[in-house]
Amino acid sequence: MLGLNSRDFKLFIVVCIMALAAPILLNPFPTASALGESFNAGYPALMQRFVIFGILVIGFNILFGLTGYLSFGHAAFLGVGSYAAVWMFKLLSYNVVPAIILSVIVAGLFAVVIGYVSLRRSGIYFSILTLAFAQMSYQLAYSVFTPLTNGETGLQVYNDDPQILMGANSPASPHLFGLEMNSQYTLDISGWSFVFQNGYYLSAIFLILGFYLSIRIFRSPTGLMLRAIKSNQTRMSYTGINTKPYMLAAFVISGMYAGLAGGLLAAMDPLTGAERMFWTASGEIVVMAILGGVGTLVGPVLGAGIIKYLENIVSKINDGILHQWFAFMPDFLDNALVSIIHPFIGKGWHLTLGLLFMAVVIFLPGGLVQGGQKIGGFFRRKKTDDAADGAKTPAE
Amino acid sequence: MDAFILQVLNGLDKGSAYALIALGLTLIFGTLGVVNFAHGALFMIGAFCAVTLQKILGISFQTIDDTQTDFLGNPLKVDTPYVEAWFGPEMGMAIQDWSVPLAILLVIPVMFFLGWVMERGLIKHFYTRPHADQILVTFGLAIVVGELIKAFYGANPIQTPAPDMFIGTLDVGVWLGMDAGSVAYPKWRLVYFAFSAVTIGAVFAFLQFTTFGMVVRAGMADRETVGLLGIDIDKRFTFMFGLAAAVAGMAGVMYTPILSPHYNIGMDFLVLSFVVVVVGGMGSLPGAVLAGFMLGILQSFASMNEVKAVIPGIDQIIIYLVAIIILLTRPRGLMGRKGVMEE
Repeated sequence: MLGLNSRDFKLFIVVCIMALAAPILLNPFPTASALGESFNAGYPALMQRFVIFGILVIGFNILFGLTGYLSFGHAAFLGVGSYAAVWMFKLLSYNVVPAIILSVIVAGLFAVVIGYVSLRRSGIYFSILTLAFAQMSYQLAYSVFTPLTNGETGLQVYNDDPQILMGANSPASPHLFGLEMNSQYTLDISGWSFVFQNGYYLSAIFLILGFYLSIRIFRSPTGLMLRAIKSNQTRMSYTGINTKPYMLAAFVISGMYAGLAGGLLAAMDPLTGAERMFWTASGEIVVMAILGGVGTLVGPVLGAGIIKYLENIVSKINDGILHQWFAFMPDFLDNALVSIIHPFIGKGWHLTLGLLFMAVVIFLPGGLVQGGQKIGGFFRRKKTDDAADGAKTPAE
Repeated sequence: MDAFILQVLNGLDKGSAYALIALGLTLIFGTLGVVNFAHGALFMIGAFCAVTLQKILGISFQTIDDTQTDFLGNPLKVDTPYVEAWFGPEMGMAIQDWSVPLAILLVIPVMFFLGWVMERGLIKHFYTRPHADQILVTFGLAIVVGELIKAFYGANPIQTPAPDMFIGTLDVGVWLGMDAGSVAYPKWRLVYFAFSAVTIGAVFAFLQFTTFGMVVRAGMADRETVGLLGIDIDKRFTFMFGLAAAVAGMAGVMYTPILSPHYNIGMDFLVLSFVVVVVGGMGSLPGAVLAGFMLGILQSFASMNEVKAVIPGIDQIIIYLVAIIILLTRPRGLMGRKGVMEE
């Protein structure tokens, strides 16, 4: 189906359903309940981040997962894409179509330049080169390019901007031919309320398209070539194959994904700043990819979702909520537990993230997808063992 | 001319910090073959050792002085630090004043121990894994250390002043036969430069003139053969990791009066010192030192107003720009050895 084999097609359908039904699936608890307030994730602002960062990390995975080149400067493309999109809002109108198209193109061109230079080196040198380019972009966006980026204030749309395509009754916020991104429809069913937002669905459709494209790339001859580069680049050269064009193609595609994510971020909220390009943002992309599982199809989406979800949940929990949870325990135990957990919640989210990340790198180099496979394999082996036992017993 | 000298001097102290961190990074890479992204965190732990010592020396007890009264008319409560009570007021004051240099004595064993624990507990398990995994796990460790520091010391920079006698500036221009006041330079920065020169010299001398250093150098050249000769090279490499950590820690301690430590300082320095190592050439100790000073001085030249007027924004990007040019023209860095990190 759709040029996919049956296993990939199943995976693709699962991702489609997850993405389209997320507003329902991510609201498992009644809205007003204590659990709902802490753990529900089905509100538009958060779901947008799930899918947009999902797109970003899918793109990153095409580079790192297939070729093994670890880029530490991917956030630069995200930032460039955002700036391009906001400029389209400023110059043309709030329609997201030209904004997203331009953000992808600009990020792609940017990736051609950076990729052409960086890909001349491999290993850690490649990481440092991409990091250097990203840091340069960040510093320049803050200082010299202020007319383009509006420096520390960040780029946003002002009333006196030209917006030449702006009609008399065009909406004054990002829209798709009149369909406003931030307008939403709320469905109330006995305590649950599900919010369906245009902006989220636009991003989700891009996620599905991006995911489909990444499956096709993974299964294509080019994908095979990229994998071959990962396992032994020298041998590829000896075979007489010029690996450069393939590498550059992977780099540019991955940069364009990041540009798309940047454009979407701007489409959801039409402002941007240089901090989107800072190297910690690049680090976050790496963390998401590793956590989910590098080189797997669904890992990146999973990683992005989990990190953004945990970030949201963990930063929201405070001592008061913890005391509520542990209220059934004796006081001294309650207090002791709360004081132990205290550094890891609220503002301590990054500490939790760092520990989680280290644990994954140490114990599960293949990320959560590998973990899932291990657990699955464990049960399957047990089943076959049982079957073998069953077969043995009657023979006695 | 005086502007030129001033910029060279300005570059020296930053360059010394880069050189010290890059030296440790290269030492770890050359001996153990590990790319340590947590080295900036070690620098930061060193800086916070100085903060901790300053706090410890400031611990005091309260006494009630009946002879004086506060503004409400109650007997005045006087805080006396324990060190002043034990060593007498003058000696105690001096000890507190010198808390930053004294922290060196604290930081060497602490950092050495931490480095040893880190190598044996974590890094050891990553020798056989790909470099990307080493980068990632040490990157995670750097995040954790930064956040722990933030949890204990808060997010704000903490002032740690230098001893009184080093506060203020020194008229360096006079020594060179120039007009008085033309080249004024903070005293502590000179101290920092001298300190790092001595430390770098000591590390090189240790590697060059001791038997231990000779074995380590042999191990860097060919680990397997040294192992076959019946020498426990792993133990010596662990020691070198501890030494590199101690160097980074000392660099951190001495840098606190120049830049008040905060929880992000490690990351700030790490990115730059990695660039320094790559420019110098992976695995080359003299290269790291040379590149550290070179980039520090270049950065301070780029931040001159005359230069900035010609190429705006150059001061922000000069280091990265130089790194890109060097990596593309001399792929192994300035003094890189053949066959290092070229899989």
